[in-house]
Amino acid sequence: MSASSITAEPDFFQHSESRKSSLRAWGNRILSIICVGLSLLTLIPLISILFLLIKNGLPLLSWNVFTELPPAAGMVGGGFGNAVVGTLIMVGLGLVFSAPIGILSAIYVNEYSPYGRLANTVRFVAKLLTGIPSIICGVFAFAVIVATTNSFSAWAGGVALAVLMLPTMLLTSEQALLGVQNAYREASYGLGATKFQTIARVVLPDALPAIMTGVMLAVARAAGETAPLIFTALFSQYWAKSLNEPTASLSVLIFNFATVPFPHQIQMAWTASLVLVALVTIANVTAQLVFTKKH
Amino acid sequence: MITVTRMQESTLPKPAESAPAAKPPRPDFITVRNFNFFYSQKQALYDINMDIPERQVTAFIGPSGCGKSTLLRNFNRMNELIDGVRHEGEIKLLGRNIYDPKLEIISLRRSIGMVFQKSNPFPKSIYENIVYGLRIAGHNNKSELDEAVERSLRGAALWEEVKDRLHENALGLSGGQMQRLCIARAIANRPKVLLMDEPCSALDPIATVKVEELIHELKKQFTIVIVTHNMQQATRCSDLTAFFYLGKLIEFDKTQKIFSNPSQKQTEDYITGRFG
Repeated sequence: MSASSITAEPDFFQHSESRKSSLRAWGNRILSIICVGLSLLTLIPLISILFLLIKNGLPLLSWNVFTELPPAAGMVGGGFGNAVVGTLIMVGLGLVFSAPIGILSAIYVNEYSPYGRLANTVRFVAKLLTGIPSIICGVFAFAVIVATTNSFSAWAGGVALAVLMLPTMLLTSEQALLGVQNAYREASYGLGATKFQTIARVVLPDALPAIMTGVMLAVARAAGETAPLIFTALFSQYWAKSLNEPTASLSVLIFNFATVPFPHQIQMAWTASLVLVALVTIANVTAQLVFTKKH
Repeated sequence: MITVTRMQESTLPKPAESAPAAKPPRPDFITVRNFNFFYSQKQALYDINMDIPERQVTAFIGPSGCGKSTLLRNFNRMNELIDGVRHEGEIKLLGRNIYDPKLEIISLRRSIGMVFQKSNPFPKSIYENIVYGLRIAGHNNKSELDEAVERSLRGAALWEEVKDRLHENALGLSGGQMQRLCIARAIANRPKVLLMDEPCSALDPIATVKVEELIHELKKQFTIVIVTHNMQQATRCSDLTAFFYLGKLIEFDKTQKIFSNPSQKQTEDYITGRFG
C-alpha cells in the first residue's frame, strides 16, 4: 500500500476518534491495571510470610540457638544447634546420593541416547516421581532402611531426601544440557574430540550454571521437608554422634515445637523457621554467585 | 583384537610450509568413488566420482538441498553424528580409505579441519579456543601451546587484532573475527585439509573480503574445499568448481571453464540464474 492511498482514505485517522476505538483504549488500560494489581497481590503472601518470620523469629535469635540443645518441655533457654547440624547432614547426604545419579542420568538421557527406550522410560518415571507426595518418599525409606536396620537414622533421612530430590535434579539437568548449543558439540567433534571429551570440556561447563540452579532448587525443597524425615530420622534431643542414630532436623523441630502449648517453644519454632529460610537463601545466593556464567 | 592405527605424521606428506614447493601438488589428494549416501530412506548423494587436488581451492556450488554440504561433511565423517545414515562407495584421503575400520575417526577429524556456516567459538578465552584441539590430543606444554596460538592466529590474519586480549572471552569478538578465530582453531591442529561450509554466509561484505583473502593465503599450505551459495565468491577464490544438482555431481572443472563455458546445460542455467 502506498503512502498516497493512506491519505486517500479520509476516515483512516478519524476512525481513532470513534467511540469503539476509545472503548478499546479504555479496555487496554483497565486490563493493564488488573495485571499490575494481581502481580502485587501475589507479593502479599510472600512478603507477609517473611514479615511474620522476622517479627516472631528475630527476638529469640542469638548465637546460643546454634550452640545449645533444645529445651525440655516447659523449660526456657536452650537452642536448636543439633537440628541445624542434622538438617545440614541429611540434606548433604541427600545431595551426595542424588546429584551423581541425577546428573549422570541426565547426561545419558540427553547426550548418549536421546530417543532410546531407556531414555524415554527414565524421563517418564522422573516426571511421575516429581508428583509423588513427600510422605511417600518417607514411607519408602522407612520400609527400605529403617525397617531392615531396626533403627531410625540420618542415613535413612538422607535416602528419603535423595529420592525426593532425584527427579528434580534429573529433569532440570536435562533441560540444562538441552540448552547447550549444538554448534559447540559440532565444533568439538570437528576438532577430533571424543564424546567424553566433548561432554567434559564443552557441554558440561556450559550447562553447569543451569544444572546448579536445578540442584539448588532440589536442595531448597528438601531442606524444608518434614514428612520424609519424621519416618526416617525421627528426632533427637542430643547432638548427633553417628549417622546410625535418630537425628534432629529443623523441619521436624518446627513441627514438634509449633504444636506444644508452651510459649517459649512456640517462639523457638518461629526462630527455627527464620533460620531455615535464611540457610536456604544463603545456599541459593552462594550457588548463583559461584556458578554464574562469566561472559 | 583389532589393532588401531593412527594416521601418523610420517605416513603423510609434511604440510607445504615444511617442504615448500618441493613436490608437485597431488591431483588426487581426496578421491571419491561411486559414492552414494542416505539419510534413513532418503538418498542424498548419487554415484559421486571426483578427485580433489592438493593445495587448491575447490568450490562446491548448487541450489539448497543439492547435497554439496552432505558430501563436504562426509570428508571428515561428521554425518555420522546423525542417526540412521548409510553410505556406499569410498572416499580416500591420500590413498587411504577414510571408512577403513582400522582408522580412528578421531585422527581423521584431527587431520581435516572444519569451519562451519555459523561461527561457533566455544564460550572460553581466545587462547583456550585455539589450543582446544591440542589439549584434547594431550598436548599441555605451555610454550608449545603459546607457539601454536601465535602461529594459528597469524595464519588466520587475526594476531594483530587480538594479541593483547588472548585471555578474554572469544564471544566478545565481532562476527568476522569469530569466524577467523574458528579458522585459526581449525589450523592449530595442522590439518591436511580445510573444509569450509558456507563460511561467509553470515558475514558482512568487509569481513567476507578478509576471509576470502585468507583463503588465498591458506591454499599455499592446505587443500581447501569450500561450499558456497555465492557464485561471485566461487569465481573469486576457487581454482576448481563442482556443480551439484539433486544429489548428483553435474559438472566438475576449472572454475574459469565452469563460469565461462560450461559443458552442461544445467550448469549454465544455474550460473546464469535461471533456476536455483
